Amino acid sequence: MGVVWVTLVVAAGVVVWLVAVYNGLVRSRNQVRNAWSQIDVQLKRRHDLIPNLVETAKGYMKHERETLEEITRARARAAEAGTVRERGAAESALSSALGRFFLVVENYPDLKANQNFLALQEELTSTENKVSFARQFYNDQVMKYNTRLQSFPTNMVAGTFGFKPEEFFEIETAGEREAPKVSFS
Amino acid sequence: MWELIQSNRRKSVLLLVMLATVLVGLGYFAGYFWNPRGGQLFGVLVALAIWAFMMLSAFGGGERILLATAGAREVKPEDAPQLYNILEEMKIASGISALPRLFIVDSAEPNAFAVGLKPDRSAVAVTTGLLARLNRDELQGVIGHEVAHINNRDTLFMTLAGVTVGAVVILADLFLRGLWFSSGRRRRSRDEGQLALIMLIVAIVLAILAPLLAQLIYFACSRKREYMADACSAQYTRYPEGLASALEKIASAPLRTREVNRVLAPMYIVNPLASRGRRVVGLFSTHPPVEERIRILRSMGGDTSLAGYEEAYRRLRKEPLVAAAMLQGVQPMEPRAPTTQAADERRQWRAARDLLHRVDGYRTIECGCGMRIKVPAGFSGRLNCPRCGRESAVG
Repeated sequence: MGVVWVTLVVAAGVVVWLVAVYNGLVRSRNQVRNAWSQIDVQLKRRHDLIPNLVETAKGYMKHERETLEEITRARARAAEAGTVRERGAAESALSSALGRFFLVVENYPDLKANQNFLALQEELTSTENKVSFARQFYNDQVMKYNTRLQSFPTNMVAGTFGFKPEEFFEIETAGEREAPKVSFS
Repeated sequence: MWELIQSNRRKSVLLLVMLATVLVGLGYFAGYFWNPRGGQLFGVLVALAIWAFMMLSAFGGGERILLATAGAREVKPEDAPQLYNILEEMKIASGISALPRLFIVDSAEPNAFAVGLKPDRSAVAVTTGLLARLNRDELQGVIGHEVAHINNRDTLFMTLAGVTVGAVVILADLFLRGLWFSSGRRRRSRDEGQLALIMLIVAIVLAILAPLLAQLIYFACSRKREYMADACSAQYTRYPEGLASALEKIASAPLRTREVNRVLAPMYIVNPLASRGRRVVGLFSTHPPVEERIRILRSMGGDTSLAGYEEAYRRLRKEPLVAAAMLQGVQPMEPRAPTTQAADERRQWRAARDLLHRVDGYRTIECGCGMRIKVPAGFSGRLNCPRCGRESAVG
């Protein structure tokens, strides 16, 4: 009699634990997906802003056709990219093309005084920031989720139910690559 | 970040329990003194009733009351695109569930505060003076600090603690006044005399000390939270220099407003009531000295994460800010490059005032000479152009 009860209690305990671990993994994976959709929204927003930017700049920058075309091309490539890794590379290229563009803009005071352009520039700067903050948040979530997948005993449950590790999103923005190693002391 | 909220929550609950104990204890002794037989329960009930009433009003729209007290007006996204962009950036970086509402306060003094019991019912308010003086990076640092207060549930805690401290003050006041007026009329049976005398002394001492004690607990906690919010802001923006130079500008601005509400004062990013340039932190200051906050932010070096702030904090204050367990697994974060945009005060003053006018529903009338005249919402009739003197009809 006692043995049966002990077995039942242990079995119930195992089931409760399994459910808790499974739900925890699902929650964690959903957090990763939510974080990804935030990046996605911002990247799309950036793609939407670019035609407008190129159109506004075209009239002022007759001699910079190459710079402008490069932005358009980079945008097209980023829109086609499939996996997280490809997307990261394509968006990096777009970021650096934009970085070069904003450097060149310094030579065109008329363009810099254009209200429409200023508004676009603020939107792009902000979108760039949002992408980088959203990426930070996404990578944090991925890190947490992957750590969870790999640690014992969660990894046994994860293996059984087919949870797969998620990819980090790496994007190199122009600003970041050139960021000076500042030491405030 | 979640671990931080959890640890904060445990500490906050402990603190609120302490404050509540002070409140209930005061009620108990006051009740005993009022009537030694059964009065204790009555006293506790009165204490709880005052507390519950204040709590209900805080939850039923406390943030609206606070915002109204500060004279804050809500800003729409189309009125201040850049400000909204910055707020949204900080929302993303912090991972809070909803975008706080944005308010503007008409005050020349640069300052900002956050209110709200939970992230999806929160608000951030900035003054026109702040918008006029700071550049984009500095503004981001300040907004990051305010969003951190919301994310760390400081705004919730400050409201709960503030309400409890308020209840203690009211109860102590009631009791001491009641004592004054009723001292001649009280009857006391002889055998209880000595005990009653002891209880009376305890009650009076408690009534005098309780408000002080409650405020001490409240303030000590508030200072730690300011450092924490600075640390989070540095982490969100990945650019501590932004907040540091913003604090510098805020602290060096001429002190003009004296009409700041005392209840609101602890909520601002820099205490508007504290005298400037004072270095000692009193037991009763809600904010750490600004110079120290700036020094910590500037000595963070190449790591903008919580661990980087903690290291700078320890170096300067010789004590830990957060438990070591919370820093486990924190990745070092390199600072980002600053946005190359200097503050243009004249242009920004005009933009800030324009924003205020738009929020207040002013209409712009174009005179024939090209002069743009802003007219308050309710005005109708005729007015003369201040430049060319032409008359135009409004309304």
